[in-house]
Amino acid sequence: MLIIKNASKIFSKGTVNEHTALRELNLLVEEGEFVTIVGSNGAGKSTLFNAVCGTFLLDAGSICLDDRNITFMAEHKRARHIGRLYQDTMKGTAPNLTIEENLALAYSRSKRGPFRIAVSKKERQLYRDALAAYEMGLEDRLETKVGLLSGGQRQIVALLMATLVPPKLLLLDEHTAALDPAAAEKVMKITKDIVRHNHLTTLMITHNLKSALTTGNRTIMMDGGSIIFDISEEERKNMTIEDLMHMYSQKRHVELDNDRMLFS
Amino acid sequence: MQLYITALQEGFLYGIMALGIFISLRILNIPDLTTEGSFGFGLSIAAVLAAKGFVITSILLAVIAGAAAGFTTGFLQTKLSIHPVLAGIITMSGLYSINLLCLGAANMSLNDNTLFRVMKEAFFPNSSGMDSKIFYAVISGFICLLIMVILIWFFRTHFGMCIRATGDNEQMVRSSSINVNITKTAGLCIANALVALSGACIAHAQNYADIHSSNGTLVVGLASVIIGEALLGKRSIVIGILSAVTGSIAYRFIVAFVLSYNICGANMMKLMCALVVAVTLSIPAVKNQMAVLKLKKEAKKHADH
Repeated sequence: MLIIKNASKIFSKGTVNEHTALRELNLLVEEGEFVTIVGSNGAGKSTLFNAVCGTFLLDAGSICLDDRNITFMAEHKRARHIGRLYQDTMKGTAPNLTIEENLALAYSRSKRGPFRIAVSKKERQLYRDALAAYEMGLEDRLETKVGLLSGGQRQIVALLMATLVPPKLLLLDEHTAALDPAAAEKVMKITKDIVRHNHLTTLMITHNLKSALTTGNRTIMMDGGSIIFDISEEERKNMTIEDLMHMYSQKRHVELDNDRMLFS
Repeated sequence: MQLYITALQEGFLYGIMALGIFISLRILNIPDLTTEGSFGFGLSIAAVLAAKGFVITSILLAVIAGAAAGFTTGFLQTKLSIHPVLAGIITMSGLYSINLLCLGAANMSLNDNTLFRVMKEAFFPNSSGMDSKIFYAVISGFICLLIMVILIWFFRTHFGMCIRATGDNEQMVRSSSINVNITKTAGLCIANALVALSGACIAHAQNYADIHSSNGTLVVGLASVIIGEALLGKRSIVIGILSAVTGSIAYRFIVAFVLSYNICGANMMKLMCALVVAVTLSIPAVKNQMAVLKLKKEAKKHADH
C-alpha cells in the first residue's frame, strides 16, 4: 500500500525558473491495485515517480510504503522495495554486462555474501526458466551482453529484473513508448501477466489513453503537479477516450491539445 | 638482450599499475588522477620500511597505503561531491608532500633489502648476472600473474560485478538497492592499491626510491591500457585485464627498442617513445581504413558485372 500525503516539490525556488512540479498531491494506492496515470507533458507524472523513488526529497508532505515512512529514506535503500522501468530502454539495464549478470544484480536484492561467484548454476537455471516463459528466445542468450539486444528484448530483461524479487511497488514510466507496436504489445502483455501473477501494486504512466482505460483497475489524470481526476474501475467501464478528454477540458477550461495527447 | 629482459620485468611490474588504471578508467569509468600520488606513496613507504629490513611488510603496507589514497579520492568524490578529476588532483598533490615526508629526502637507497634479492637468496643463492636478471623477471611475472588471477576471480564475484555495473549504469545499480558510493570507493581503493603495489615493486626492483619516479606514471599507465586494447581488444573483463598487462610489456619493449638503437641520442628518448606509441595506437584506425578500401574495391568489382 502506497500513501502519499500533501506532497509538494518546487524546483529552482526563488529564481525566474521556479517550477512547481508537485502541488500538495495526495494519493492512496491499495495493495494489489494497478493504477494508470495520464496527463500532458510536464504534468508531474515522472516527477511523482522520482519522488517515490527518492531521486530528490520532497519540500513538504510524506510518502509511506506498507506502513513505512520512506520520505527521507536513501534512494538505494527504498529501491529494495520498488521496481522501476523507464521509457529509455538503456536506463534499466547495464549494457556491458551479460543478461545473466544483469539479472543476478537485480536478484541480489534478496541475498547473501559479497564474495560468492555472481551467477551460480542454480541461479542460471532460475533465470533461464524465467526468460523461457516469455518466448523471446532470450533463455539461450544468457551470456550475451544486454547492449546487443533489441529495445524490446532489453525491456523484457529490465522488467524481469524489476520483478524477479516481487517488489512492494512497481513503477512503469511509459515503458513501451519507445518500442515498435508489436514489441510494445508483447511487453505490455507480459507486464500484465507478471503484475497479475505476483499481485503487484503498480503505477503505470502512459500517453496512450486507450490503454490507460483498459489496463489495470483505476485511472488517474495529473495536471500542473496534482491529481485532477481519479476514476475507479466502475466509472471507467463505459468511458471512452472522448469522455476522458471532455472531462479534462471542462475541468481546466482549456482545449486539450488533441494531437499531443493522442500521440502514442 | 639484457635490456629486453629488464624491459620484460618492468613491463610486468608497471603492468600492475596498468591494471589499477584499467579498473578506474575502464571498469569504473572514472578518470582517476590519484595514480601519480599513490604510485609515489607505495614507492616511498616500501622504500623506507625495506631500508629498515622489513621486506615483506613494506610491500603489504604500501598496498594498504595505496588503498587509503584511493579511499580519500573516493570519499571526496562521493560524500563531498567533488568532481572526479579534481578529487584525484587534490589527493595526488597532497600526497606529494606526504611522500617527501616519508622518504625524508628526494631519494634513498633500500640497502639491498629488496624482495627480489631475498627471493634470489632463498632459491638461487649462487646465480649472478644474466641468470639473476631472468629470475627477477620470472618473479615479477609471477606477482603480476597472481594479481591478474585474483582480479579475474574478484570481478566474477557478486561484489565485483556490482563494481562493474556501477561504471556501466550507475542509476540502475542504485535502483537495484546497491549503495554506489560504496562500490565506487571500493573500486578506487582496489585501483590505487594496485598502483601503490606497482610503485613498491619498482622501488624493490631498482633498489632505490626517487620521489620523481612517479612523474609521468599516469601517462604511461594510460598508454599501456590503450596499447593493450589496440592489440587485444576489449571484449570482456578477462581480455581487458590481459590487454592492460600486455600493453604495459609492449610499452616497455618500445622504450627498450628506442634505447637500444639510441636513435637521435638520449635527449630525444621521450619524443621517440611518443612517436612509437602513436604509431601503435593508430593500428586499429589504419586497419579499419584498409578494410573500408577493400570493401569499396570488392563492391566496385560486383557493380561492374
